[in-house]
Amino acid sequence: MYTRILLAVDGSEHSERAAKEAVKLAKGSAEPQVTIVFVADYDDSKKEVLHSGSSTELDLKRRKNLQPVEDALSAGGVNYKVEILHGTPGPAIVEYANQDEFDVLVIGSRGLNSLQEMVLGSVSHKVVKRANCPVLIVK
Amino acid sequence: MWKKIKTQWFGNVRGDVLAGIVVALALIPEAIAFSIIAGVDPMVGLYASFSIAVIIAFVGGRPGMISAATGAMALLMVPLVRDHGLEYLLAATILTGVIQILFGVFKVAKVMKFIPRAVMIGFVNALAILIFMAQVPHFIGINNLTYVFVAITLAIVYIVPRFFKAIPAPLIALVVLTGAAIYGGLDLRTVGDLGVISQTLPTFLLPNVPFNMETLLIILPYSLALAVVGLLESLLTANIVDDMTSTTSDKNKESRGQGIANFVTGFFGGMAGCAMIGQSIINVKSGGRGRLSAFVAGAFLMFLIIVLGNVVVQIPMPVLVGIMIMVSIGTFDWSSFSYLKKAPKADSIVMLATVMIVVYTHDLSIGVLAGVLLSAIFFVAKISKIKVKKKLLEDTYYEVVGQLFFASVEDFLEKFDYETQGQTVIIDFTESHIWDDSGVGAVDRVVLKFQENGNNVKIVGLDTGSQKLIDQLAVFNNQHVKLPTH
Repeated sequence: MYTRILLAVDGSEHSERAAKEAVKLAKGSAEPQVTIVFVADYDDSKKEVLHSGSSTELDLKRRKNLQPVEDALSAGGVNYKVEILHGTPGPAIVEYANQDEFDVLVIGSRGLNSLQEMVLGSVSHKVVKRANCPVLIVK
Repeated sequence: MWKKIKTQWFGNVRGDVLAGIVVALALIPEAIAFSIIAGVDPMVGLYASFSIAVIIAFVGGRPGMISAATGAMALLMVPLVRDHGLEYLLAATILTGVIQILFGVFKVAKVMKFIPRAVMIGFVNALAILIFMAQVPHFIGINNLTYVFVAITLAIVYIVPRFFKAIPAPLIALVVLTGAAIYGGLDLRTVGDLGVISQTLPTFLLPNVPFNMETLLIILPYSLALAVVGLLESLLTANIVDDMTSTTSDKNKESRGQGIANFVTGFFGGMAGCAMIGQSIINVKSGGRGRLSAFVAGAFLMFLIIVLGNVVVQIPMPVLVGIMIMVSIGTFDWSSFSYLKKAPKADSIVMLATVMIVVYTHDLSIGVLAGVLLSAIFFVAKISKIKVKKKLLEDTYYEVVGQLFFASVEDFLEKFDYETQGQTVIIDFTESHIWDDSGVGAVDRVVLKFQENGNNVKIVGLDTGSQKLIDQLAVFNNQHVKLPTH
């Protein structure tokens, strides 16, 4: 039974689909604990700070990005908490996943980067390779 | 207190030392290139980078941020160095420090919020374009080998990091290509052709300038521009480091710190500097979080120069040019293009105007000032649109919608039909607010004009603030009060 579920998202359509699968997994457990993890990429920090008026506005923007994912979980009646990390997406997700004990990690097969539409996203690839828990990749 | 100092310095020793070393290696080519942009010997930028990085480690307000000689500052110095020489630059650096310390004391950092983001985006884009333009004379029309070296440098700095990240790619390019140039005896201009590298520590010296009013008047405009631009880039960088590390920082302390660093640096033969966006990002990505990383970056940089000074002069210029092109590409905000499509027209115009003014004047401070002014004008124009709707009920009824202040007064006055005679005129301010003396004056004019034609005027729907202003300043009220008593 999957009780402690880590859902790694980036605000793309794939992560919405991943959220729906996470809900299905969570329903199988009596007391599911879902953690949504989102990584604010170091490489985007300059751009994001430059394009937002204040840190509050930036926080709000990031939370807004996660809205569809949160909606999917709320719609499924699943309790969740949101964790926003800062770093390089792949390694940051792996580090977070491995420092805690999760039963399963759910992640979209590829993210926002359109250049990588053809192949498995590099983040999902890294996560599969280096996370200690089972990983569910959602197409 | 002691505990805080201890964590800020020694809370992350391993990460800070490693990141500091990486930053030092990445700083060398930039410090040299920025010296060349400013028109001074490479030592001036190298001493500055050493001294600023080390001093900021102690007095800065944002641990984990890297400050040194920067392109933004170097670009501002060009005319001063060209017309008056290095000694005046050192004096200007000291004065810049004094001004920035004052900025810190008077908490000018808060004023940052008045700088619209369109201006900040314009600022970084203009900076990127100027850094690129400064490279052009060093690689266009010299010889074919120069083009080849620039191209190889760019290839190395963009391709190598995909496979190998332990050593900064610019350094790899620098070592490999300098080696190739020396070994092959290739015909390329080198850093040595443009200046001298001395393998000594900086020493304390008073700038050799006459201490009089004339000198002050020469350096003051430069110092002001340097102080403003330095603070701007430092606070932007501090915000970025705040975001990357999800911590907060003391912006006023940072401003004072930048001031102290520049003040001292001027006495040690260095040029004014500020925080560096690119280097700070490299530092945080490499694991730097504390004050120790900036200290290590500065100290290790100086160590390398003392040990390797005679190799540094042999660095081929095209390699530096390639690295600077990379810096300018990294500085440019590429999302500006989608911003231009999405943002309101006024913001796009402000951003483009900031860029164009800077590129034309080569002065970032003028561009920022013009950008701020322009967006203030746009803002006033936008908010000064006032509507007055006339409704003919049993009385003549005017509904005012919008802000009434100096800029909207004229429009406001034109909207009334003063031909009305012997009526009750009601002016409803529910959807409006009166901001200043001019606004009250306009209400006065309207009321008195209607009264001249024997109308009975009633003002309704004023909010508390507007009511207070009217009570204090309006003339028509006084007449009202006085009339019955006479």
